[in-house]
Amino acid sequence: MKVAMPVNGQSMQDEVCESFGRAPFFLFYDTESEVPNFVDNVAAKSRGGAGIQAAQSLVDAAADVLLTPRCGENAAEVLAAANVAVYKTEGRSIEANLEAFGNGSLPLLQETHPGFHGHQND
Amino acid sequence: MVPCPCCKKHIPDSMDTRMTNPKVAVLSGKGGTGKTLLAVNLAEVAGRSLYLDCDVEEPNGHLFFRPAELETQAIQVKIPQIDADLCDGCKICVDFCKFNALAFAGSKWILFEEICHSCGGCTLVCPQHALSERDKTIGQVQNGISEQVCVYSGFLNPGEASGIPIIKKLLAETRTADTAVIIDCPPGSACIVMESIKDADYCLLVAEPTIFGAHNLQMVHELVTLFHKPCGVVLNKCQAGDNPSERYCVEHDLPIVGRIDFDPVLGRLNSDGKIAARVSGTYNQRFSVIWQTILEETQLETAINS
Ligand code: SF4
Ligand code: SF4
Repeated sequence: MKVAMPVNGQSMQDEVCESFGRAPFFLFYDTESEVPNFVDNVAAKSRGGAGIQAAQSLVDAAADVLLTPRCGENAAEVLAAANVAVYKTEGRSIEANLEAFGNGSLPLLQETHPGFHGHQND
Repeated sequence: MVPCPCCKKHIPDSMDTRMTNPKVAVLSGKGGTGKTLLAVNLAEVAGRSLYLDCDVEEPNGHLFFRPAELETQAIQVKIPQIDADLCDGCKICVDFCKFNALAFAGSKWILFEEICHSCGGCTLVCPQHALSERDKTIGQVQNGISEQVCVYSGFLNPGEASGIPIIKKLLAETRTADTAVIIDCPPGSACIVMESIKDADYCLLVAEPTIFGAHNLQMVHELVTLFHKPCGVVLNKCQAGDNPSERYCVEHDLPIVGRIDFDPVLGRLNSDGKIAARVSGTYNQRFSVIWQTILEETQLETAINS
């Protein structure tokens, strides 16, 4: 299973990023091989609709699951269309969250926040 | 009776047509500075005039003018729609859209309508010709008449990406107008404001007498300078003591074309939705003086430029 997570840096010691669409990197973690793979988030620099673009990149990377502190409603719509399950992270540790997810103790992310409709940059 | 050239409605022909019909844009760095107060009252004292409310997210001018003989026109933009049978999921459209209004996930093409800026690009780039355009209403333009003033107001539906198509429609009215035009601009200095001042002959900046007021004044002043527009300032809510906005004008050689003193009477007229220059002789006089100064400034500009 491929698990995705927005993160602040490119090592397992870095922290989960508070933002989904604007996170600098995504961690893709393969639960079978246990190999982490860090990639740049192309959406981080986009002017608007970053959440949508980030969600699209996760779908394109064939992620099965997203662990994130928060997620916009537009991004959630894209992820739902591709059946990517979204769980809510607890605390900032990457490893602790992967472990909690493995134990089945992370809750599904229930709330999504409304988008900014591109207004912040118009 | 002669028909108004812009809205074809009837206004008495006894009214004077002025030699000069400048297009004056009224701006401020944020809402609540008295921008609409000024725009409405100047339109009132300008004789026959055209008042355009381009503050499409919060158009308030019509609340003062209460225009009669209202006409409403829906404003539409084009957004893409898909023929799913033709789409092969190549995602070229998704990559193309620089607003990220499109996604393709789980064999589903998704459009986020409120993010789409109607550029039409996705429809052009789709190799399968799976996309076509359809109309979507984003708001409306209302027009009517209030004594000598032809009132046009733009309304943007909440949540829409951009009011610019509505502003373009409003400004199109100025091309045929043979009266003075007052453009009540949206607050701030975003691209929607630039659109509103593009055709203006003169920009009038409204500023409050505080540090924040001076900061907001600087923002809009930089914007109009960028467009090489002649401009002047009206200092609003003036009271005894230091006025940072006035200091800014002096330091930057910005002409002060008027001052409106802080006055509870004016505040009350305004909050009651009354046009001060229509109901009060004193204020009619005061706004007329400001309008005359603006006319002189614009004529001066014309003289310098010709
Ligand atoms: S019309 Fe332009 S902005 Fe709208 S979805 Fe297509 S490419 Fe994006
Ligand atoms: S470009 Fe056309 S064919 Fe390709 S995904 Fe978009 S709509 Fe479908």
